[in-house]
Order: sequence, then structure tokens, then C-alpha cells
Amino acid sequence: MNLVTISGPPSSGKTAVILKTIDSLKKRGLKVAVAKFDCLYTDDDILYEKAGIPVKKGLSGALCPDHYFVSNVEEITKWGLDNGFDILISESAGLCNRCSPYIKGIKAVCVIDNLSGINTPKKIGPMLKSADIVVITKGDIVSQAEREVFASRVNTVNPAATIMHINGLTGQGSFELSTLLFDESLHVDSLKGKELRFPMPAALCSYCLGETRIGESYQMGNVRKMKLDD
Amino acid sequence: MKKIELENRKISGLLEDYPFLAAFFNDNGLEIAGKEEHTLKEYFNRFDEDEIEDRAIDVENIISQIGKFIEQMISFLGKDEDHVKTISIMPGTNKSGDAESFEELVIRQGEIICIVGPTGSGKSRLLGDIEWVAQKDTPTGRTVFINGEVPDKKWRFSSSDKLVAQLSQNMNFVMDLTVFEFVELHAESRLVENKEEIISRIIDKANDLAGEKFSPETPITSLSGGQSRALMIADTAILSKSPIILIDEIENAGIDRKRALKLLLSEDKIVLMATHDPILALMGDRRIVIKNGGIYKVIETTEEERNILSTLEEMDRTLLAYRTKLRQGEIITEIVETEEMTVSV
Ligand SMILES: Nc1ncnc2c1ncn2[C@@H]1O[C@H](COP(=O)(O)OP(=O)(O)OP(=O)(O)O)[C@@H](O)[C@H]1O
Ligand SMILES: Nc1nc2c(ncn2[C@@H]2O[C@H](COP(=O)(O)OP(=O)(O)O)[C@@H](O)[C@H]2O)c(=O)[nH]1
Ligand SMILES: [Mg+2]
Ligand SMILES: [Mg+2]
Repeated sequence: MNLVTISGPPSSGKTAVILKTIDSLKKRGLKVAVAKFDCLYTDDDILYEKAGIPVKKGLSGALCPDHYFVSNVEEITKWGLDNGFDILISESAGLCNRCSPYIKGIKAVCVIDNLSGINTPKKIGPMLKSADIVVITKGDIVSQAEREVFASRVNTVNPAATIMHINGLTGQGSFELSTLLFDESLHVDSLKGKELRFPMPAALCSYCLGETRIGESYQMGNVRKMKLDD
Repeated sequence: MKKIELENRKISGLLEDYPFLAAFFNDNGLEIAGKEEHTLKEYFNRFDEDEIEDRAIDVENIISQIGKFIEQMISFLGKDEDHVKTISIMPGTNKSGDAESFEELVIRQGEIICIVGPTGSGKSRLLGDIEWVAQKDTPTGRTVFINGEVPDKKWRFSSSDKLVAQLSQNMNFVMDLTVFEFVELHAESRLVENKEEIISRIIDKANDLAGEKFSPETPITSLSGGQSRALMIADTAILSKSPIILIDEIENAGIDRKRALKLLLSEDKIVLMATHDPILALMGDRRIVIKNGGIYKVIETTEEERNILSTLEEMDRTLLAYRTKLRQGEIITEIVETEEMTVSV
């Protein structure tokens, strides 16, 4: 089985792209499933089910969905292997632009959209910078000039990535993406011992642990103050 | 460039050799002011663990990323000679698996080709085959050659060498910039040298195409539909490096469509138009008719059709003139000869 991790800001078009891409993978006779990770709420599992795609959903609730992803990805992989899928795609929404669920040796795709503004590539961390493939969506809504400027900004922060333009509504470009996702030689048996491409940020302050009161005396752990002097 | 070699170069020297690296440092949030005399290695070694974590710097990879970026930009800047003169399409199969009946379809620089066919027939797939330079590896099994040869992989994967630029129907802008700033941003991303000159040429050409004029200081969000379309066409014709321009209909409002096509052709583009507007379709040199996923016919625009085109254009002008009348609050009482009415447009 191949595992593919797909990540990107909320509403960037991940589900739309995955659905269209799976259409093309299925036409090649491949069995594809999705593991969907989100924070508080998602309807995506219903969309996948409707399309006849086996899906598992995980809501991280109070946790960062990417942290939650890493704690569950091994079990999800086992689920995929037990069910004999050829490709298991994970969809997760990067919320803080800092975490990234990518794993060394596992194909990593980042989905961002043209509407997010040309400075966005600068602001997204490892989720964009360490992806193997960057998919840019919603090109139908902006001009050719904006598409070119946006793509060149993405290229500047991740020169090694393959950049693909996909229209999530019509699926234009998704066939092409599908040809890059399955590779017999990237078969995984287990994720045990594999490593994240990038460490997640060190968190854990009193607020992570449920503190709600404001004020210095309630702050413990990893606390840092803004510099306000000058 | 070797990683070790790159690591030991001073930032000042690198910027001198590769000025475009300034954008790399900036976009990656790496301040270099005052650190120009450090080598790359020294520069990245200065960050302590906290900083590396805070800024999410990938120390292992960043130097090789810089190397990769330099390579890409050099090849981007140095390649003016690989012009796309022809695109050849070799037949595949239609949706029923039957072989397409044409032998070889060659599209040349300076040609306008229309693509027509019912919805779902495979127009977008044909355009997709061209853009992805299909090598019998798409659902149609078609093969695409560039200048008669098996194309370089870069046409698929390089972000700066896209075969097809697309003028979309949709003419919204999502940026909040003036016309000048907008074109400047595009020019900068294309690393053009004579920036000012190119920008003013684009704005002039756009004003040529648009009915009402606009100035470089106009915010792009306040351009009319026709003005935006004119700006987009001029910008794409002049700044986009893609040899093929794909047009998904050009709406017939506030823009001189014939001139727009002429401008694109004068920049040595191949124009592909997916349209059912008879005026645009007959402006093409040929039209490709798609049926059931396959290229069913390739029709050369006939002399007779060209004559009909001028009648159609006249009808179009008549309609436009009535539109203008309505817009100006006049009451329409009779059908007036076109010649008379066009004077008032
Ligand atoms: N020769 C072919 N063999 C197999 N599938 C094909 C072939 N040509 C097109 N298709 C498939 O048929 C579907 C419809 O094609 P496409 O989207 O290109 O139609 P269209 O003409 O652009 O439609 P519209 O006018 O609605 O935009 C797509 O899924 C496409 O991949
Ligand atoms: N116009 C346009 N809309 C898109 C495109 N891709 C996705 N969308 C829409 O954007 C919205 C969010 O997409 P979705 O796939 O749910 O995003 P996700 O949260 O990243 O999974 C949906 O309404 C999609 O239909 C695109 O290429 N063009
Ligand atoms: Mg989704
Ligand atoms: Mg189409």
C-alpha cells in the first residue's frame, strides 16, 4: 500500500482535489481509501462515503489535528493494510501554519489556493516548505498574472516541489496529479520507526493544560513574552 | 553547484552573482541586512535551537534549496532560444475506444484554433493533453510533440515553463493594487530587465483594447469588466512566457476582440479558443470538432465563412449599438441601418 499525506489550510480545496484525483486512480483499478483528520467538525467523511470511498474520520477536539494525526497514523496505516487498499490518502487541515504531518519517505502533498493572497506562501511553514508536491487550486477565480505570481512565490519557498494547478470544481489537472501518487516502490508495511520530516512546535504551557485565568501568576511551562520596549 | 561550495560562499558574493536570491531570503523570512559578510554556513550556524524552532527553519535542507533555486533561475533567465514553433498531436482513442481518424494535427505559432463540441465531449481533456504534453499516458492515449520532437520533462514539472497560459472568463482580481503595481508584481516575478518599459507597453496596449481608458494609478478592483479583460489580455500577451494562450470565450463587452487576438498573435503565441460564439469561431484559422472524447473533424475556415463573418460582425455591431442606446436612456423605435448607428457608438 502507498500512503499519501495531504495537508493544507482549511477550505483550500483538499477534499475537492482528493475526490477528483481518486476518480482517476479508480479508473486505473486502484483501491483507494481516505483517513480524514480535523479539529472540531467535518462533513468530508460524508462526501467520501457518497463517492463510495472507504473513509475513517478522526476529530482531534482540543488537540492540534496534526499532533493527533501523528499519534494515530500508525493505526490508520494498519487499517489500510488490513483492508487491502492500494493507496491510503490522509487529509488533514493545517491550522497554525506551523505543524506539518509529513513523514520522511511518505509522499507529502500541500494544497493551497490562489485566493489566499500572494504573501501566504511566505507565511506557511513546513507544511508548504517540505512538501513534495504543491497543488494550487482556485485558479479559475484569479487572473493569469495572479496565478503566475502566486506559483513563483510558492517556488521561492519550496524550489524542490512539483507545482500542480488543479481546479477543484471541474477536476482539471487532477488526472495529472493522480499519475504522481502511486508508485509500487513506495510500498509501506508499517510506519514503525519512521520519522516526521519536521519537528512540531514545542508547546505545553498552562493554557495548553486547561488554564483559563489571565495573569502572570497563572502562567507556567513554555511561556514567552512579547518585546514591547523601545 | 555543490553544497559544500555553496555553504562556504559569502552572502554578499552570492547576491552579487545571483541578485534574485534577495527574493529567496525575503520570502523565506531570512533577514540578511548586516550579515552580508557571513558565509551561508556561518549565517545558518548563528541561529540557536530556539530560533530554528521558532522560525521553522529546515537547516538540513535550506542550503540545497538555495542551490536548487539558483539552478532554476539561471535556466529560466538563460532560455530564450527554445521557442515553441509547432505542437503536433498524434491520434489516440475516443471514449468508446475507437481510434481517432486524423493522422497528425500540427498547430503552428501565430495560428488561432477553435475547439468546439457539446458539453462533456472532451474539449477540456484535449487542452489537458496539450498542457500535460501527453505521451500515451492520459485517458485519450494521445501523444503530443513540441517542434516535432518528444518534449522535455520540464513542460510538465517546471513552475516557470508552463506550456499554456489561460485567460479565464472570470475577471475578478483578488489583490488590492493599482494597475501599475499589479503589472509590476508580475514583471518582477518574471525577472524582466526593462521593467518600466514593459509595464507602460502593457498599459498602453490594454488601453488600445478597452473602450474606456484607465490610468496606471487606477486600482485594479475598480476596473470595469472590459478594462480588466483588456489588461489581462495585454499582460498575458506580453509578460507570460507560455507559448500557448488558451481562451475560454471572450465576452463581447467593452473590448475589441479582433484586436485582442491580433495582439496575442503579434507576440508569437498559439491561440486556442474554446468557444461557441460564431464570430470568434470563424475568426480562427481552423476549428477542431470534438465528439465522444475524440477529435472528429478538423475544419479549415472557408472563404465563404469569412464572408459570412463580416455579416455577423455587422449584426454584432448593430446589437452593440442598441445596447449603447439603452444604456444612454434612449427609446428604441425602429431598426436603423447599422452604418448610421455605429457612428454614435
Ligand atoms: N478520449 C477519451 N477517452 C476517455 N475519456 C475521455 C476522453 N475524452 C474525454 N474523456 C473524459 O470525459 C469527461 C468529459 O470531458 P471534458 O471535461 O474534457 O469535456 P468538455 O468538452 O470540456 O465539457 P464542458 O463543455 O462541459 O466543459 C472527462 O472526465 C474526460 O477525462
Ligand atoms: N472556484 C473554485 N472553487 C473551489 C476549487 N477547489 C475547491 N473549491 C471550493 O472551495 C471550497 C472548499 O473546498 P474543500 O475541498 O472543502 O476544502 P478543504 O477544506 O481544504 O477540504 C468548496 O466549496 C469547493 O467547492 C477551485 O479550484 N475553484
Ligand atoms: Mg476537506
Ligand atoms: Mg470543459
